[in-house]
Amino acid sequence: MSDWLTPEEWTAVRLSLIVATTAMLASLPLGLAIAWLLARGRFWGKSLLDAVIHLPLIMPPVVTGYLLLIGFGRRGPIGQFLYDWFGIVLSFRWTGAALACAVMGFPLMVRAIRLSIEAIDRKLEDAAGTLGASPFWVFLTVTLPLALPGILAGMILCFAKAMGEFGATITFVSNIPGETQTLPSAIYTFTQVPNGDAGAMRLTLISIAISVAALFASEFLARMVGRRIAVE
Amino acid sequence: MSAVIEVSVAHRLGAFSLDAEFASDGRLTALFGRSGSGKTSLVNVISGLIRPQAGRIVIDGRVMVDSAAGLFVPKHRRRIGYVFQEARLFPHLSVRQNLLYGHWFAPKAEDGGSKLDDVLDLLGIGHLLQRQPGALSGGEKQRVAIGRALLAKPRLLLMDEPLASLDEERKAEILPYIERLRDGFGIPIVYVSHSIAEVARLATHLVILDQGKVSMSGPTAELMSRPDVPILSASAEAGAIIEARVLRHEPEHGLTILETAAGPLQIARRSVPEGAALRVRILANDVMLSLKPLDGISALNVLPGQVSAIGARHGHGGALEVRLDCNGAGLLARLTVKSVEQLQLKPGSAVYAVIKSVSIDTP
Repeated sequence: MSDWLTPEEWTAVRLSLIVATTAMLASLPLGLAIAWLLARGRFWGKSLLDAVIHLPLIMPPVVTGYLLLIGFGRRGPIGQFLYDWFGIVLSFRWTGAALACAVMGFPLMVRAIRLSIEAIDRKLEDAAGTLGASPFWVFLTVTLPLALPGILAGMILCFAKAMGEFGATITFVSNIPGETQTLPSAIYTFTQVPNGDAGAMRLTLISIAISVAALFASEFLARMVGRRIAVE
Repeated sequence: MSAVIEVSVAHRLGAFSLDAEFASDGRLTALFGRSGSGKTSLVNVISGLIRPQAGRIVIDGRVMVDSAAGLFVPKHRRRIGYVFQEARLFPHLSVRQNLLYGHWFAPKAEDGGSKLDDVLDLLGIGHLLQRQPGALSGGEKQRVAIGRALLAKPRLLLMDEPLASLDEERKAEILPYIERLRDGFGIPIVYVSHSIAEVARLATHLVILDQGKVSMSGPTAELMSRPDVPILSASAEAGAIIEARVLRHEPEHGLTILETAAGPLQIARRSVPEGAALRVRILANDVMLSLKPLDGISALNVLPGQVSAIGARHGHGGALEVRLDCNGAGLLARLTVKSVEQLQLKPGSAVYAVIKSVSIDTP
């Protein structure tokens, strides 16, 4: 494989995988919490929260990236706070790329998890309660396992979105080889230089393969959800 | 001594209001009423699925709800088993995991709860352990659900029409298990039903609900033989329950002779040992009355008694129920208004009850 790809291309693929995995795993706990709130919570501002979560899906990615730059850049209010207190720098780092990807993939993840939680028969949770399970244990032993296919589907969608994220990433953390140059950024760079076609094509094929695999996996899991619900 | 179950609740759900109060010492207390009378709401309140706006619930001496004192024990700390109308098995767990789910949360130190083997034995589900709930029949699911509730070591078992979603054959399959549960496990049961046959067969105590209120509560045999409980007595299935004992068998006639407080009863031969206790039901439709002892009649069972009460006529219909006192045992007879007039029946009249058929509820 390393013969087939140049070291630079290989670096971009590896970085993309790391960024996408980080984005997926880091946003999972918050994604679960928000999905549960939206599925089960009854509180003021629920639709506002829903809208804010979905915003990155609708806005041009460049706008999201620019907002991240304003907020999380070294001079931005959140970026400055993170640097002063924890020494964390996000702008122009791979961690920043992961943040941008997480924000872009978040609505897809929340949506999939929320739908699977909403599909759970709450009577099963009531039954678990009468059997002595506290709300925490009901969530852990009934809600979570029944929502698992949706959770996995949400994670895959988030991962796939993160693999392909371009606009927000390049706006927020630029296109630095070895640090923030993910697969799409690398393809873009190849198309901007003479004789870059072969490299662009190789990376494009890899990109397509990853996307198709993710789609199939999520389709398979979605079908599993359907079968579960049909049981009772 | 206080009752095992004491309930007194007031709760409004939209246009429906539940305002029920009863106490029971029975091994199996049936909540009986038409659909929409609040039976399910009442068991949901007892289980803790609904928090009543006002009321007090005491189970086995433990206060579960006391709105005056601001006390509400959440459902998972009540240890009240609940068998739902639809089994509600966890689809992601095997039958074995389903059965042991509540067992895992039940206090370990407290011994004397039901063991898995006992429950498997009682319900006949040992061969299903490795299956998934989706692969079970309706009757099997319901038996697993009963086992799951039992293994959580409940102080009380609620059963909300556990047979309603099953066909007649499956019902007949499960009823004996519920009888064994009632007689052998020492856990008081509250059983919701709208079937007189089920109530007559299973219940020791009967609570009748009507539009969210308890209209009557008492021992089943007593309520069943009253002529003035329209929901029971006006039904085609109305009838009295009499406790009986097998006296002897008469193989030459294919008969079994029962001994009851009202007198001997002869029924078609049953393979029940002599001395065994039975519960028999005599439908009001199967009882005729005569003022004189009868000669030359094909009916074998004729019991002397006295009219103790005459029920009200059903609307404009021509029938009504008459309650008889046969040496302490209550009997119910359905007569036409015209017969009551012609025989000049009134409380105290001496009569002979001609019984056409006797059904056995507890084998």
